[in-house]
Amino acid sequence: MSEIREVIINNDRLATDEYLVNMGPQHPSTHGVLRLLVRLEGEKVLNVQPHTGYIHSGIEKMCEAISYPQIIHLTDRMDYLSAHMNNEAVALCVEKALQVEVPDRVKYIRTIMDELSRLASHQLWWCVFGMDMGALTTFFYGLRDREKILDIFEETCGARMTVSYSTPGGLMFDIHPNFQKRVKEFITYFRTKLPEYDKLLSGNVILRERAEGIGHLSLKDAIDFGVTGPSGRASGFSCDMRKHHPYSAYPFVKFNEILDHRCDTLARYEVRILEMYESLSIIEQLIDNIPEGDYAVKMKGVIKLPEGEFYQRVESARGEFGVYIVSDGKKNPYRVKFRSPGFSNMFALNKMAKGHKIADLVAIMSTLDLIIPDIDR
Amino acid sequence: MTNEELQSYLTERFPEAEIKPGPQYVEMIVTNAALNKTARQLKQLDEISFDYLFCLTGVDYAENMGIVYHLDSTVHRHMMVLKVRTADRVNPVIDTVSDVWITAKYHEREAYDLLGIHFNNHTDLRRLFLDDGWGFPLRKDYVDEVRIVER
Repeated sequence: MSEIREVIINNDRLATDEYLVNMGPQHPSTHGVLRLLVRLEGEKVLNVQPHTGYIHSGIEKMCEAISYPQIIHLTDRMDYLSAHMNNEAVALCVEKALQVEVPDRVKYIRTIMDELSRLASHQLWWCVFGMDMGALTTFFYGLRDREKILDIFEETCGARMTVSYSTPGGLMFDIHPNFQKRVKEFITYFRTKLPEYDKLLSGNVILRERAEGIGHLSLKDAIDFGVTGPSGRASGFSCDMRKHHPYSAYPFVKFNEILDHRCDTLARYEVRILEMYESLSIIEQLIDNIPEGDYAVKMKGVIKLPEGEFYQRVESARGEFGVYIVSDGKKNPYRVKFRSPGFSNMFALNKMAKGHKIADLVAIMSTLDLIIPDIDR
Repeated sequence: MTNEELQSYLTERFPEAEIKPGPQYVEMIVTNAALNKTARQLKQLDEISFDYLFCLTGVDYAENMGIVYHLDSTVHRHMMVLKVRTADRVNPVIDTVSDVWITAKYHEREAYDLLGIHFNNHTDLRRLFLDDGWGFPLRKDYVDEVRIVER
């Protein structure tokens, strides 16, 4: 009798003990090498502390030693799913500093490429979100459609992900003769496939039960933590750079900024799904109207920026991406800073996951859509 | 507010600070002693309400170190740049603004990690990416004979 009593007491003590768990750096749901130090009470998350740096590659330091056209190729490697937006940010920043006006053709093609990248990124996000929630089927559906975009990229840029397509002054090369035809084919195709995403996952009872009201991030916190992109917009934070500081061909197109005020995991999910429809509509408005002309303006062999500081903000697939260049007039920058969206977004994780179950932490992290090289740089 | 309006407002409101028109945004240069108070006012004054810190950059300017804050207002949609410089280059110290904008807490950790700038009153100033024994790679005099190849 006394033995049984002892076990029960021990169990009680076990249940109330807090313990620390390392989630990562090789956890499938981190999609990269990120370590979360999670403090748990049973299944309840008390505190999440992200530990970064496993994939820190010193890109900002490297940029100080190389020329501006070379920097383009490093930006691909940060947020590899928004590679084209990152390229464009650097290109726009250099063009702004040199006061170069690129032809309309370049602006149109850049914007189409931006939106194709956004679609591909959101598709992959949708794949892995389903997978993180335990629905593996989404992975095959999403990748099936994403392949079609990557094929278009491959034909035009020669690369599937690290496109390096925008360069100071325009584009590396003109679009492939098949580009317009294939993009239009893709839009028709994807318009029929996107409702499948809703059928398969959005209405799923398990998903809704696990997402509704989970991971609340208030508008005030979103602004305070600097959470941007679809994650910020799901908290009602109007932070779309395409609307507020339009660049390239965004002033010429009509689209809605998707805002949601429910602030939870489900809101972040739905904002991304709706953004895919907006991206399709932006591409549709541009694809038939690409103006004739040069695909780049002639730039000097060695690009030197005037002395000063230049900042460019663009909207990448996961939020506001910024490039800050301090130039001392030489051919390489004095200091480059990349404001990566993932960096700010990740640190809101503790705020959102506190008090929820550890399985919800995986779902919350998934809706933040973190790309680790983007955080570590 | 437009940049001109913002500049005249700031000049009137913060007479001690140095305010000048930058190439893109209005620039305001403050001393370290006035930094935290100024930051708080920039956020709280209703006419400007800079509530969104979108970028915080540490820069090594040969003779001293500096921090550049890029601020945006989600209410008025105008932007400005706040700058501060340290007196000392070897042991640079700056007051934290993480009590004003939470996101600064992590950006300051990054600046500490890569440039060795120490932030007063920061609640959690640890290295972010690199190991404790590592130098400060974004400093201009950083030497790493193994990993940096001079061309």
